[in-house]
Formats: sequence, structure tokens, C-alpha cells
Amino acid sequence: MTWEPLLLTFQLALITTLILLVISIPLAYWLAYSTSRIKPIIETLVSMPLVLPPTVLGFYFLLAFSPNNAFGNWLDDWLGIRLVFSFTGLVVASLLYSLPFMVHPLQSGLSSLSPSLKEAAYVMGKSRYATLIRVLLPNIKPSILTGIVLSFAHTVGEFGVVLMIGGNIPGKTKVASIAIYDEVEALNYAAANFYSAVLFVVSFCILLFVYLINGGYIKQFWK
Amino acid sequence: MISINIQKTLFAATGKMQLALQLEIKQGQLVTLYGVSGVGKTSTLRMLAGLLKPDAGQLKVGQELWYSSEQKVNLKPQERQVGMVFQDYALFPNMTVLQNLEFALGKQTNKKIIKELIEVVELGDLQHRKPSTLSGGQQQRVALARALVQQPKLLLLDEPLSALDQEIRSKLQAYILQVHRHFKLTTILVSHDKKEIVKLSDWIFVLEKGQVKQQGHPISIFEKAELNTTFKLTATINDIQQVDHYFLIDLLIQDENIQLKISEKQGQGLQVGDRINIRFQATNPSIFKIDKNHE
Repeated sequence: MTWEPLLLTFQLALITTLILLVISIPLAYWLAYSTSRIKPIIETLVSMPLVLPPTVLGFYFLLAFSPNNAFGNWLDDWLGIRLVFSFTGLVVASLLYSLPFMVHPLQSGLSSLSPSLKEAAYVMGKSRYATLIRVLLPNIKPSILTGIVLSFAHTVGEFGVVLMIGGNIPGKTKVASIAIYDEVEALNYAAANFYSAVLFVVSFCILLFVYLINGGYIKQFWK
Repeated sequence: MISINIQKTLFAATGKMQLALQLEIKQGQLVTLYGVSGVGKTSTLRMLAGLLKPDAGQLKVGQELWYSSEQKVNLKPQERQVGMVFQDYALFPNMTVLQNLEFALGKQTNKKIIKELIEVVELGDLQHRKPSTLSGGQQQRVALARALVQQPKLLLLDEPLSALDQEIRSKLQAYILQVHRHFKLTTILVSHDKKEIVKLSDWIFVLEKGQVKQQGHPISIFEKAELNTTFKLTATINDIQQVDHYFLIDLLIQDENIQLKISEKQGQGLQVGDRINIRFQATNPSIFKIDKNHE
């Protein structure tokens, strides 16, 4: 029984969430405002991780990233990155796995804003970027918070993808959900209970925090 | 001089509509676009602001070409120097009144203008409040002031007062007239309210089926259509009593209670709650001028 799998889990979730926030804002912006014909296809792809069994994602990652295959080989040769059975690989897989949990709240937040807010800023001579940063994003704070928390919590809870692509290497890819499975297999219920209880309490606290804030109970911190 | 000559196919609730406008607006005038809903008034404003692209034609403001399908010119909204007041005001909820105005400041604009505008539309006490805490009329004043921060050449007002009650409307109409004159603007107003149009505008374009059907001074346009030598009022009967050979009826006309004496013959069959039309001749009326300070 060690804290290592738990720490690894939160480290993975934190890094994934931060990267997701950066890439999801432009993606959600495009999805919210574009009238392009390929939009339904992109929307579908973003939502796929919601419906696919995580093992399917993990399986294709495993194939793609394996140094025995073209893409994995290229990564290994040119960039020196090996994504199979490594922490970096877990991050990349988690990004795709949790993508809809960040993109959807941001997209619906942006779509629900009156289009005249954006137009008013343009008429005032403000660029798209300035409008996004100073007008649109500040007015969808609850959606941003929801996206951050859901992505974080969802990454904490991932199992199938990690098992397929990360394996079970202590300190590198053995996250809490894997450790629990491992301990149960070894009939070490006390350790499994320890990891499970911590995850349970932490997840409860995170979600409670979001509902308190978005419900307006802690207004002074979020205005 | 602003010359507008644009074509655009609009997809309205009633189906496709061809907008083909040709009109000229003199500098410094306050003109109104008038017409039924869906005739293309708002779309015209949006095309002037650069928020909607015409299918063909030309838009020229002064010597500047803003849009031309032939020369492939289409200035972005950011390049047009237009002030616009949206129907829903579009105030930024995350900013205070003052921050809303400051956000509109360009790089070259002098900050003094904000102080001046706050004074003109009397927002001094409200400047540190968020828009959600303001009344409709107050929000409208903020939107008006914010549209002027950039010192635009052209001010576009898209039914700016439609959501407000009558009393606040007439106050805000005064603000609009004041800023129009104070900042020497050319203003285009979209409005349904004849009283408002007569009070505010120098010139009116009546739109029908996507085209300018009629134009002229608002009074001449409206009066010609409905010039009458009898007054006609609609009233609700609040109370009715028979006294000797006549009836006394209490009426509610708009917000005023009025008592009238009518003959026995006229009073027959009238009941409390009935709606009635009253006509009387417009000969020899008593007229008093209303002191502006008491309006």
C-alpha cells in the first residue's frame, strides 16, 4: 500500500486537464460558430470516446503507438518518444479519452451566449481574439469550470485505456484504478479499499465543489 | 452622404424574400427605416455594420467604399467605424457600466469621451454597477453611450426602445436626439412607433416587400395616409348611471378616467365593461402648449 498510484493518477489528470483546456477552447469555438459542412463529422469524432468502450480506444492506441508499426516507429526514430507503456502515452490517450468532457461544456456555453455580444465587440473594432478572451470566455465561466472538473474526474476514473496502453508499471503507468484491480486480484482487499476510499472521497469533494459554485452558494469566490 | 444600393436574398419566416434597396442618406440626418416585421430593416442595419454580407451592390459612406461587389470590397465590421445599439443591448455581463464603455475605447480615442458620455446620458451613479442590476431603460442608456465611445460617423439603432414602457421611452427619445445633435451623427433608426418616428426623425423610408416604397418627412408620410377631421378615441366603460333624461358614463381612455354626459338614446344598451368608440369634430378646439419642464 503506497501513495504512489494515487499521486500518479492526480498527476495524469492534472496534466491532461491543462492540455485539454488549451486545445478545447479553439475547438469548441469552431464547433460553436462554424457553418462548415464537415462540422457534423468533427462533432461525431469528438463525441466518439463517450460511446466507445475504452478498450477499443486503448487497442487502437496500442497498435498505432507500437514501435513495430509505422507511426510508432517514426515517433521512436525521429522524436525518441515511445508512447506504449509510458506516462507520456497515458497522457496522449487520456487527452482523447476525456476530450468530449471538456469540449461539450465549452461549446454549449459559447452557443448559449447571445450572438450580439460577439457582434457588438466586432463593431467596436475588437479582433476575434480580443473578443474571445475578454468577452466570450469571461461570460462562460461556469461552463469552463464544469469542463475542467469533468475532464479531471473522468481522467481519474479511466481504466480500460490505461490497462491496454499503459500496462502496470509501478511509478510510471500504475494509476490508482489499475492498482485497485491489481490488489483485488492478489486478494489484498485492505489496499484496494484504501485506494478506492481515497478516490471516492476525492471525487465526491470535487463534484460537490462544482455544484456549490455553479449553484451560486459560494458567490464571493466566483464572480 | 451615405449611398446604399444593395441586393440580398433573405430567408425569413415567411419564406424567401428579395431585398433590393436603393436609398441615400444625407450627412447629419436622423432617418428611420419603417415597415412591418420581416421586411429587412434589421438586415439592412446589419449589412451597414458589416455583420451581414450583401449578395451584390454597393455601400458608400462619404468618400469611403464599404462594400462593392464589383470591386470586391467588403470592409470588416472592425474597419467601419459604426456605433450600433442592438435590440437586446448586448451589454457585456462580466463588466461594469464603466468597463463596458472602456472596452469600446480604440487605441487612438481619448479617454475624456467616456466622462463626457456618462454625463450626457446621466450614468454617473451607476457606473460601477453590473448590467444585470440595471433596469431596461438604464441598460439602454449604457448601450447608447457605449455605441458612441468610438465616436462613429454612423449610429445604427435597431428598435432601441421597443422593450420599454411609454414613460421611459419618451425620456430616452430625448437622449437619442441629444446625442445625435451633440456628436453631429448620422443616425439610422429602425422603429415601429409612429409617435417616436415623428418626434425623432428628419426623414423616413417606408419599406415594403424588400423595397423602398415611399420616402419623405415623417409627418407628411403619416398625415397624408390618415388625415382626418374627426378625433376618434377608444374607451372602456367603468360605470354608467341614468340621471333624468341622460346618462353619466365613467370612461377609461388609455390611463385617464373621464366622465361624459350622453343622451338617453346614446346610452341605450351600454353596459359596464363595454368598449366604445367616441368621435368628435375637430372644429374649434381649445389648445394649450405644454411647458417642456413639466412634460
